[in-house]
Amino acid sequence: MSVMLEVTSVSKNFGGVVANRDISIRIEQGEIVGLIGPNGSGKTTLFNSIVGYHPVDAGSITFEGREITRLRVPKIARLGLLRTFQQTRIFGKMTCMENMAVSLPNRQEGLMAAFSRLSTAAIDRAEELLEFVGLHSKRHLRGGDLSFGQQKLLEFAMALMNEPRMLLLDEPTAGINPTLINGLIDRLQRANQQLGITLLVIEHNMRVIMNLAERIYCLAHGQLLAEGEPSAIQNDQRVIDAYLGAS
Amino acid sequence: MSAGGIQRDPFNRTTLLILLAIAAIGIAGPFVAADFTKQLTIFWVMVLISYTWDTMGGQMGYNSFGNIVFFGVGMYASAIVQIAPYTDLTAYTAAGGQGSALVLDLGQYFLGLGLGALAAGVSGLLVAVIVGSGILGLRGHYFAIGTLALSIFAAEMVSGWELVGGGSGITMPGYPGTTIASEQEKTLIFYFLCFALAGTAFSLLQWLYSTRFGLAINAIRDDEDKAEAMGIKTARYKTMAWAISGFFLGICGALYGNLLIHVDPRDTAFDGAGLGVWMVLMVVLGGKGTFWGPLIGAVLFHVTKELFWSYLLGLQYIALGILIVVIVVFFPEGIMGWFRAHYPHWFGEKVEPAKEAGEASS
Repeated sequence: MSVMLEVTSVSKNFGGVVANRDISIRIEQGEIVGLIGPNGSGKTTLFNSIVGYHPVDAGSITFEGREITRLRVPKIARLGLLRTFQQTRIFGKMTCMENMAVSLPNRQEGLMAAFSRLSTAAIDRAEELLEFVGLHSKRHLRGGDLSFGQQKLLEFAMALMNEPRMLLLDEPTAGINPTLINGLIDRLQRANQQLGITLLVIEHNMRVIMNLAERIYCLAHGQLLAEGEPSAIQNDQRVIDAYLGAS
Repeated sequence: MSAGGIQRDPFNRTTLLILLAIAAIGIAGPFVAADFTKQLTIFWVMVLISYTWDTMGGQMGYNSFGNIVFFGVGMYASAIVQIAPYTDLTAYTAAGGQGSALVLDLGQYFLGLGLGALAAGVSGLLVAVIVGSGILGLRGHYFAIGTLALSIFAAEMVSGWELVGGGSGITMPGYPGTTIASEQEKTLIFYFLCFALAGTAFSLLQWLYSTRFGLAINAIRDDEDKAEAMGIKTARYKTMAWAISGFFLGICGALYGNLLIHVDPRDTAFDGAGLGVWMVLMVVLGGKGTFWGPLIGAVLFHVTKELFWSYLLGLQYIALGILIVVIVVFFPEGIMGWFRAHYPHWFGEKVEPAKEAGEASS
């Protein structure tokens, strides 16, 4: 297996707050990896650093062997490294189908491609993916009119529409009702197996992440605390202390 | 015609019929109501600036108070190109352009006008690209405030530029002939030029909105960070949108300047407090980012404005102000926005019970 994403000694400060300190993680192609940690441990900051939302203070990030530390968000997205947001972000005044259409990959986009219309294949794929997340009947509704859980599903479908090589998911199950969660886990696994998308998932729901991830990284206070298989992480005293507060 | 109705097809049958009716009215207008030809000409100018403003403010969500600059730049670019080849510009403006030393024949006049309009479009586009690269990085209210100063800046710059007449302005070349017949001829020609320009801009913009360009600028309106996170080249789309606005506004400024004959920087070319705000009002009134909104806004605004200016002279700005307040309170999303909120199914927003049923009906 080849290395998909390699984060080497990344640090990021906001004023006096050390959000990430000397963090190194490594994700192989085709893996599903979890990222856990108490609130404020620096998980989302790490995501933001990886996708180029803000520059890192130190360290380097490579994606498929390519240096991306200094690249900006749209450029990294076009390389196939995509993220979803903790506070779900969709295009509220556009219909679900339009949300899907605008998510088409922009990889080889020349000037003329901007003025092209959508291919039938693209429309079919958008419908398929909306079917996949169970939103097909609502495809002509505006994104903003969907419930929060449905918006999460729409955002996930949009991410798949973009045909990423790797997807960073920031709490994909937060706010989704428990019966839907099982369906979502199943869909994440299918996206991983059938579409070959490598996943890095931030998750607070332990049941979800223990079922989903093959490996887990745990952050605390901006630093990497532990790494290992779900069962090992579950029994790691340092992780338990971080969550429950060590004496 | 398309699979899921996602392919935005602006010109379906009903729309096309309404558009044809409007076109027919547009063509018949100056013959049916010959006395109102000038008002009708200004109406099409209003339609054009309304739709080009909507590209930025409505479709892309960038509320620009600076679009008037492209209009004024076009006006002056055209003046220079129309005058300079035929006479010495310095002497022409030094004489105040009055008494019109410049007498052209029809061929010269229209050659000058054609080249002037072209130069106006190109300079409007270029100014949009140059200014845009500087301030399109600003978002939301910051962008609006940034553009607010543009027209004032441009007006002051041109006022200090003696070659084009400074603050007292410049006079466009007169239409050949001094008879009443030639005056009527000019009125009619400019009516159809403005009508054609508005129609062209409208068609081109609606076609653009049906492509990925339209989706991308809508995405920028709804959530620019998300659009970037999806890999959309937002800077490029924003600049293109403004450049297209700038191009049409530039040509529009050229035609409007020739219609007025005498133009000056503060009150006509870079009239930020007048036309510059009216274009925003028209779109807000009709409904931002909608197909018909800018047109409806232009009709209502132009008609009420003409009525206020005719029957409430002296109080016209008070009446206009009251109208604006009423609109904002009762139709915050504009007239089409109100319809969209109350009758979403008219706009194709509906839940489909089953997949097959939905596909059979469309």
